[in-house]
Amino acid sequence: MSKDLAPDPRLLVRERGLAGYVEDFRRRLRGGELGSLPVIIGMIVIAIVFEAQTGSFLTPRNLTNISVYIAGPGIMAVGIVLVLLLGEIDLSVGSMAGLSAALWAVLSVSNGVNDLVAIVLAIGAGAVVGSVHGFFFAKVGVPAFVVTLAGFLGWSGVQIWVMGDEGTINIPRDSFVRDLNSFYFSDIAAAYVLAAVVTGGYVFALWRQERRRQAAGLPTRPTSEIALRGALVAAAAFITAYTLNQHRGLPLALVIFLVVLLLADFMVRRTTYGRQIFAVGGNAEAARRAGINVDRVRLTVFVIGGALAALGGLFYAAQAGGASKSLGSGNLLMNVIAAAVIGGTSLFGGRGWIWSALLGTLVIQSITTGLNLMGMSSEIQYMITGAVLLLAVVLDSVSRQTQRSAGRT
Amino acid sequence: MTATAAPVLALRGVSKRFGAVQALTDVDLEIRPGRVTALVGDNGAGKSTLIKTIAGVHAIDSGTISWKGKDVRVARPADAQDLGIATVYQDLSLCDNLDVVANLFLGREVRRWGVLDQVTMEKRSRELLDSLSIRIPSVRIPIASLSGGQRQVVAIARALVGSPEVVILDEPTAALGVEQTAQVLDLVERLREQGLAVVLISHSIADVRAVADEVAVLRLGRNNGVFDVATTTGEDIIAAITGATDNAVTRRRTRKDGSDSHE
Repeated sequence: MSKDLAPDPRLLVRERGLAGYVEDFRRRLRGGELGSLPVIIGMIVIAIVFEAQTGSFLTPRNLTNISVYIAGPGIMAVGIVLVLLLGEIDLSVGSMAGLSAALWAVLSVSNGVNDLVAIVLAIGAGAVVGSVHGFFFAKVGVPAFVVTLAGFLGWSGVQIWVMGDEGTINIPRDSFVRDLNSFYFSDIAAAYVLAAVVTGGYVFALWRQERRRQAAGLPTRPTSEIALRGALVAAAAFITAYTLNQHRGLPLALVIFLVVLLLADFMVRRTTYGRQIFAVGGNAEAARRAGINVDRVRLTVFVIGGALAALGGLFYAAQAGGASKSLGSGNLLMNVIAAAVIGGTSLFGGRGWIWSALLGTLVIQSITTGLNLMGMSSEIQYMITGAVLLLAVVLDSVSRQTQRSAGRT
Repeated sequence: MTATAAPVLALRGVSKRFGAVQALTDVDLEIRPGRVTALVGDNGAGKSTLIKTIAGVHAIDSGTISWKGKDVRVARPADAQDLGIATVYQDLSLCDNLDVVANLFLGREVRRWGVLDQVTMEKRSRELLDSLSIRIPSVRIPIASLSGGQRQVVAIARALVGSPEVVILDEPTAALGVEQTAQVLDLVERLREQGLAVVLISHSIADVRAVADEVAVLRLGRNNGVFDVATTTGEDIIAAITGATDNAVTRRRTRKDGSDSHE
């Protein structure tokens, strides 16, 4: 860096107005900070290609189905994003999801435990399993890759053992788990109110923050930028709400997924704990010297990841119609990890954001659904999903190199 | 020596042993507010061990540490921090992926209703950096985009967030270029002007002579003299570090001078 003694300490603060915003955007691109741009472009390409090929990709019915299908893997991907922020990996989420579904089904259907109690116990089991992984990783010092690989095998075994003689347990008609897949808020007001609340909350939070910054004499965002951001969020929210209302209304699955996303995003960006996750992922030794309990952060992230994997497993069971010995095996694990990476969370730790879970699962589910509509067989789907994952990781690596040469690793 | 103020931190007869190695033997050290005390010595002289005992990383085996005249026990890093001793280690201890504000307040975040108070932290970061005349492009860019010198001054500024009275700098200029070294030395002088007691560990006699008020020399784990910089030559300090006036450094210089005069 040759600009050590920049005369103006606020050199990088962008100019006021939209022109400054565009300039800032250009500079970020040149510096390799692609952010979520590739995934958004990718999604537009996917939509255009499949709509052109099938003519039924952008129908309200198909888009509603996608919004329901992404909830399970998406919630699991939120857990993976947290683990990736630590710079670690969790290979056991598929097995944990399957185990959770099996536990819920055996408790609730075979043993007559109250439905909601069984759900809570299944999610709690996921947290316990996560804490076992976290213990061996954080306290004993076994690499997370190995611990969760062992978990991947071991918990699949437990899942088959829990299921016992039953090959599959179907979901009873009155179970809440069925609602995870099939309940819709059919009143069109529900989707619009949610869209309004999300947009309003977003703009209000931005506006309040800028007012506090102004009061404290700090540089603020121009009003035009708040308006632009608000307009983009409003457009996305209301178009989604309108599309969902064209079919069956607002799916419960999507609501729960959004709640998980909002809570996780709040935790990561606005709390001390979230800051600690980034610090440990960026430089664990520095975090330790700053007085952060590194072991506790690592352990708790695996606990949260386990609980979210268990919750996602219930959605997965709801879509499959029941729990089985093989639920959660196959490509679920890879899809979830791929989603987090495609969405823009780095595999190398310390960089990423929660919303990559939404963006990534949207891409993967769109590809799967689109190929199904085209009548492609599963081997083609595997190959294409693999290629997209590779592309995402290549983008991540290349953008890291560009950022390094631009002096912003 | 002009010992104007009473020492804020004083070590008396401090010894530390690691297994078969006697790292420190009967070491005395006095650190005064508003003064820069340089701690010099060859590799293995015990400088790092000594600052680690002050920072609470190693507990001392014998001797006393007194803080403003009262004997204290410094067994853990938190003890040192509670007293008001801040240490900036050689390898910086910053998180590259976090921005300047996040790094400055890492481990002592300001919260408002349980939520990170970004506005207050950013405001206080700017005030802190301004008070030290530190210039960086923006407090909201990741540490990774800063130069080595800027990182070092951020690391030093970070030590000041907790309002310490003693700041220990472990080779702050070791990996820096000429201009960046000057920046860091300027900062050290500003710390002294603010009335802080600064302990500067350095291998560079030039840096020591440039900013230090007094120089404490360690040799083989023992005190080997405390010098007033104003009245001491670099040769005397080197002699104390190496233990004799006849040593590799002076022999080399004599040889060169000799050959110069012959030609």
